[in-house]
Amino acid sequence: MATVLPPPSKRQRREEIERTTTQQDVAPLLATDLGSFKANFVDGDGKQMADVIEINFADATEKNISVLLNTLLGRDREDFTPYRFRIHIPGGDVIIDQYPTDLLGLLKKHGVANPFETTITLSAEPQAVFKVQAVSRMAHRIPGHGQPILACQFSPRTSSLLATGSGDNTARIWDTDTGTPKKTLSGHTGWVLGVSWSPDGERLATCSMDKTVRIWVPENAKTFQELKGHAKWVLAVAWEPYHLWRDGTARIASASKDGTCRIWVVNTGRTEHVLSGHKGSVSCVRWGGTGHIYTGSHDKSVRVWDAVKGTLVHNMTSHGHWVNHIALSSDHVLQTGFFDHTKDVPQTEDAKRQKAKDRFENAAKIQGKVAERFVSASDDFTMYLWDPANNGTKPVARLLGHQNKVNHVQFSPDGTMIASAGWDNATKLWNARDGKFMKSLRGHVAPVYQCAWSADSRLLVTASKDTTLKVWNARSGNLAMDLPGHEDEVYAVAWAADGKIVGSGGKDKAVRTWRN
Amino acid sequence: MPQNEYIERHTKLHGRRLDHEERQRKKAAREGHKQSENAQNLRGLRAKLYAKERHAQKIQMRKKIKQHEERNVKGAADEKEPAEAIPSYLLDRANPTSAKALSSQIKNKRAEKAARFSVPIPKVKGISEEELFKVVKTGKKVAKKAWKRVVTKPTFVGPDFTRRPVKYERFIRPMGLRYKKANVTHPTLNVTVQLPILSVKKNPSNPLYTQLGVLTKGTIIEVNVSDLGIVTTSGKIAWGRYAQITNNPENDGCLNAVLLV
Repeated sequence: MATVLPPPSKRQRREEIERTTTQQDVAPLLATDLGSFKANFVDGDGKQMADVIEINFADATEKNISVLLNTLLGRDREDFTPYRFRIHIPGGDVIIDQYPTDLLGLLKKHGVANPFETTITLSAEPQAVFKVQAVSRMAHRIPGHGQPILACQFSPRTSSLLATGSGDNTARIWDTDTGTPKKTLSGHTGWVLGVSWSPDGERLATCSMDKTVRIWVPENAKTFQELKGHAKWVLAVAWEPYHLWRDGTARIASASKDGTCRIWVVNTGRTEHVLSGHKGSVSCVRWGGTGHIYTGSHDKSVRVWDAVKGTLVHNMTSHGHWVNHIALSSDHVLQTGFFDHTKDVPQTEDAKRQKAKDRFENAAKIQGKVAERFVSASDDFTMYLWDPANNGTKPVARLLGHQNKVNHVQFSPDGTMIASAGWDNATKLWNARDGKFMKSLRGHVAPVYQCAWSADSRLLVTASKDTTLKVWNARSGNLAMDLPGHEDEVYAVAWAADGKIVGSGGKDKAVRTWRN
Repeated sequence: MPQNEYIERHTKLHGRRLDHEERQRKKAAREGHKQSENAQNLRGLRAKLYAKERHAQKIQMRKKIKQHEERNVKGAADEKEPAEAIPSYLLDRANPTSAKALSSQIKNKRAEKAARFSVPIPKVKGISEEELFKVVKTGKKVAKKAWKRVVTKPTFVGPDFTRRPVKYERFIRPMGLRYKKANVTHPTLNVTVQLPILSVKKNPSNPLYTQLGVLTKGTIIEVNVSDLGIVTTSGKIAWGRYAQITNNPENDGCLNAVLLV
């Protein structure tokens, strides 16, 4: 029953009248001069970018400061890069990740008594110049597969091609523009566990329960190579990054349950190396841009191999349980090769290679040095951040916080954040530089199976057992969009490199594409 | 507050006596001695009853020990492929399947539109009010002039039911015929789970019976399925689902039902 409030008392009425009749003094609300502070701009590696400059607190919004920094760097208005700032509180190692609306108040809260005389260091992180809109509606529901969909990936060349692998022993290629099936790649005799486009978009690799890897020509759905040799299921494949291709051919690494990882020459179908040493099923493989292969295994170890010589470089044994997934800081650029948001593709092979190399080095550069980092997620509820080039087998950080097994981990395309999805229904965001915990994205009511970043690193989509996809704003940690529509568990999700489409598939056997 | 929870209420309001924990501990510590004494010294019928009770306890105990032992044994991972395709990150994991299978079966069935409004037992025998209600005389003052009706069938009474003042109470639902749980079967999977009843949705014989919560064959009840982990399409955990009673509870002493899909 609704409670009926008593009528206002005489005193309340009198005060009400007084408040409405007298003019309010707004002077303190509109303090015109809040004073100013000195800003010292540094880039991600801590190098000073511009001279120290004095900024008025009243004007110190993030957007204004971004414009100011661009002007200081002498850029044309067309070439302005949006920046995001992290605030280093002076006299301590506290770093504020999120730029506040009230900078003065924040500084006072952190004990900076007189902010007007201190120099505040702002580390500027360049943002993508393009912006991806959060997907908000289901564009297509495409039936076709006869069994649950186990993996999906967009072509790096165009977002209109989506490849999926399914339990019905086929992989299929879909036209996402029209929402129609394009090609059916049949030949496997077991479930297709993984699909992977080559970085130039010319070939598709699938791995399967039938112990083989197949390379397909997507245009005519023909098998280009069938790679036989594993003794058990092949769980994952990884292409050699485009700028490392030698002798006019690509190579591919495959991870199998038999505890080995094999490197194949794609054009001839020959096994170049067998990387054996793991004592359990190899759950994940990644091929780094510096010529290293990273494998994670159920024997609790992560190993780094030399891809050319086929020798073991590092063996990391810090994990206490199965290693489920590995992500590289350069995953996005390695996957997309020489394709970027500008859509101009170089003509010659050398130019393509150079562009792919430049993109990789830009993404992997830390303090002027190419150092590829990777993070491994494990059943022991933790993740480790590794920097094998600088630290060897010593981890940079241990990422603690998940309350259950961590299933999937992904670096943001700009390499500043790590997203991890786990069985504790939460997705967590971490700082990729030092492994500090940033945010927890809660909302799913069942284990989160996979996540995918948008190309501008501002949005994250997660797929869960609870039949929904959810789009999150990585910056604020808020739910940007809830996407119900799947009728059962969602096993795989992918965000196209141009950011327009999200593709997902799961136990309900139909591919779904989502658009803004 | 349910009517009979006055002790819980008192503890909530006033707390426990200060030596409560200590007394509990001592009581538990004495338990073994007490049992031993009873086992040795009881005679006659009481000994028989005691032995029977102890026998049942021991069976439960052995079962529990066995369960713990089974949990500790690590079985060899079988190389067999699971029946339904699962992604590589779910391979080699022991998946709790039964409850999940239940929910996906329901979803598959829901997709067929015709199945939506059909119930397993479409026709039921009507129950007359004469059969359902027994009359009792009540009232002391004027030589038991007033009368009430006693429900002779099993009923479901919600947890927050409070009796009306005796003078105004018209129906009596006997404590001995109240049910809280139902054995709910999934029709195609033949999985049976015991689930708490949430409410009585429809007794086809008479709307009054629905109001009273009478449980007869063919009655639609709502059961709590939250621990099965069923999820709606919008990603919320579903917790109430309808089921239809399939047996005659007044004859059987238990409540069997089928889940409506």
